[in-house]
Amino acid sequence: MADIAAEASAPRPVADAALAPRRPPLLQVGPLAWARANLFSSWISTAVTLALSYLLIRWTVGFIDWAFVKAIWSVPVTPQGAQTQACRALAGSGACWAVVTEKHRFILFGTYPYEQHWRPALVCLLFVGLYIVSAMRRFWRPALALVWLATLTVIGILMWGGVLGMPYVPQERWGGLVITLILSTFGIAFAFPLSILVALGRRSKMPAIKMLCVVYVELIRGVPLISLLFMASVMFPLFLPEGINIDKLLRAQIAIILFAAAYLAEVVRAGLQALPRGQYEAADALGLSYWQKTGFIIMPQALRLVIPPLVNTFIGFFKDTSLVLIIGIFDLLTAGKTAIVEPAWQGFGIEIYVTVGAIYFVFCFAMSRYSQNLEAELNRHRVR
Amino acid sequence: MEDGPHLASAVRADAPPAILLDKVNKWYGALHVLRDINLNVATGERVVVCGPSGSGKSTMIRCINRLEQHQEGRIVVDGMELTDDTRSLDAIRREVGMVFQSFNLFPHLTILENCTLAPIWVRRMPKKEAEALAMDYLSRVKIPEQAKKYPGQLSGGQQQRVAIARALCMKPKIMLFDEPTSALDPEMIKEVLDTMVMLADTGMTMICVTHEMGFARQVADRVVFMDRGEVVESGIPDQIFNDPKTDRLKGFLSQILRGH
Repeated sequence: MADIAAEASAPRPVADAALAPRRPPLLQVGPLAWARANLFSSWISTAVTLALSYLLIRWTVGFIDWAFVKAIWSVPVTPQGAQTQACRALAGSGACWAVVTEKHRFILFGTYPYEQHWRPALVCLLFVGLYIVSAMRRFWRPALALVWLATLTVIGILMWGGVLGMPYVPQERWGGLVITLILSTFGIAFAFPLSILVALGRRSKMPAIKMLCVVYVELIRGVPLISLLFMASVMFPLFLPEGINIDKLLRAQIAIILFAAAYLAEVVRAGLQALPRGQYEAADALGLSYWQKTGFIIMPQALRLVIPPLVNTFIGFFKDTSLVLIIGIFDLLTAGKTAIVEPAWQGFGIEIYVTVGAIYFVFCFAMSRYSQNLEAELNRHRVR
Repeated sequence: MEDGPHLASAVRADAPPAILLDKVNKWYGALHVLRDINLNVATGERVVVCGPSGSGKSTMIRCINRLEQHQEGRIVVDGMELTDDTRSLDAIRREVGMVFQSFNLFPHLTILENCTLAPIWVRRMPKKEAEALAMDYLSRVKIPEQAKKYPGQLSGGQQQRVAIARALCMKPKIMLFDEPTSALDPEMIKEVLDTMVMLADTGMTMICVTHEMGFARQVADRVVFMDRGEVVESGIPDQIFNDPKTDRLKGFLSQILRGH
């Protein structure tokens, strides 16, 4: 037995020079070879490459011309309002970024009292900081939950105020980016753990729990988010006893959490389904309890398998929070729309929507990139 | 090592049975997969179970730690009867180690973590102690240098030896092997069998489902031949291999020998 181990660990001597690795032919590597293989391999491919390059260049030049060269960055503001004649004179040939310059505080913070804007600004930074800390694997330990709890508490205090010399700001005046971040962060933070429990419940051997989870998922998935939001904002208060009123934002938040959890639960369940039975059996045979088996063996593997669809769903919900506009909550998109209601700024929707779109894109793209890195890092063990 | 190979008599007749199967029956739907199985394994005994595929041998040993549930009859392991009571089931699984055909290592944990997880969480062993124990067993199966690697980085034979070490780290009284070499390339079968022979020499109670007749001759105190859900014959290896009584066993042996 000893000789087997020795044999296995000793490197095999190279028999002769023919076995030494040789370099591939020169023309098959490098950018030139790549271009030849991928862009100009046949006359059709060459034609497509040329046509697309022409369109790409034309469009890029046109965009740069519109967005930067001919753009107007600010306009004079008189007591009568903003003087947008210069912008209108461009007649669409250049971008009027002045609308963003003028309205950026409104887009970011909505109708929050102007002199208190540092509070939602700080909240946005806290959110971003929280994302960054949570994204680093070296902080993945139980204490992170406390950091979340503390940060969310601080965020609540900052937004409402009423203590530490900060005047009270009712929830009706919150708005803009802050609302989008609150709804999506709280939404995902609560929906994700809930979805894990629901996914486990759907596979439970206990019929009552299984039934409950199936009914929950199917009911919630069967209705559009809009109707859930309507129910939360219009119908739900009717069932409450007189005098009790739950904050509108909180009701929308709960609707979003319940909706997201139902979808995420199905994603998590797909991961559970994909694990080979042998993993469950090996954990059982070692005597691990149900929660030990789930926590150490099943979930870590199942969640790794479903990172792409999970993040897909996260990104979807980040943008779906914009639906709260129908119940009169001022999220990022609604704030953008409202900013151009003012007569002076009417007609400058493109600039506003490009800006709002860019903000959404930054968050969603960051999520997407992060998930790709995470996937690669967590699946290192699959690589030989 | 008084109970070395070929000494079936070394198993004390008065030792309490480690495993007792009494008229065990099991059905998959209408399919009767185990029929009135009676099996009595003494402490320290090494039993090899063989038989054609579909004969119910894997199902039988999987009933012993309740990866499968039997529907009739009694199974007593280490003095505890297998019932629906989860507490007795947990106690039994702590004492029974199992090695699978497909290894079933946890791919997201390192070799060392695979070996220490159950001792730490089920046996409540301190981490340092569990790691020392795991390194000890990994040395015994001759792969201590792989401790920091992941299962996917090891060969099949190495993975199966890790699986054996992982089961041993729970210090079980009984080890079950479910076709441990069937998924391995020929050159790796020997390293796993050698590990199992070494384990047998320590006096471990073992039930091993395998087609490796050389292993059966070398270490088994008793060979049990199953076919169509029944125990057809059982006896010491010499008797089973050289003097088969039933046509079914004769047919099976001629097939096995032709294959070699």
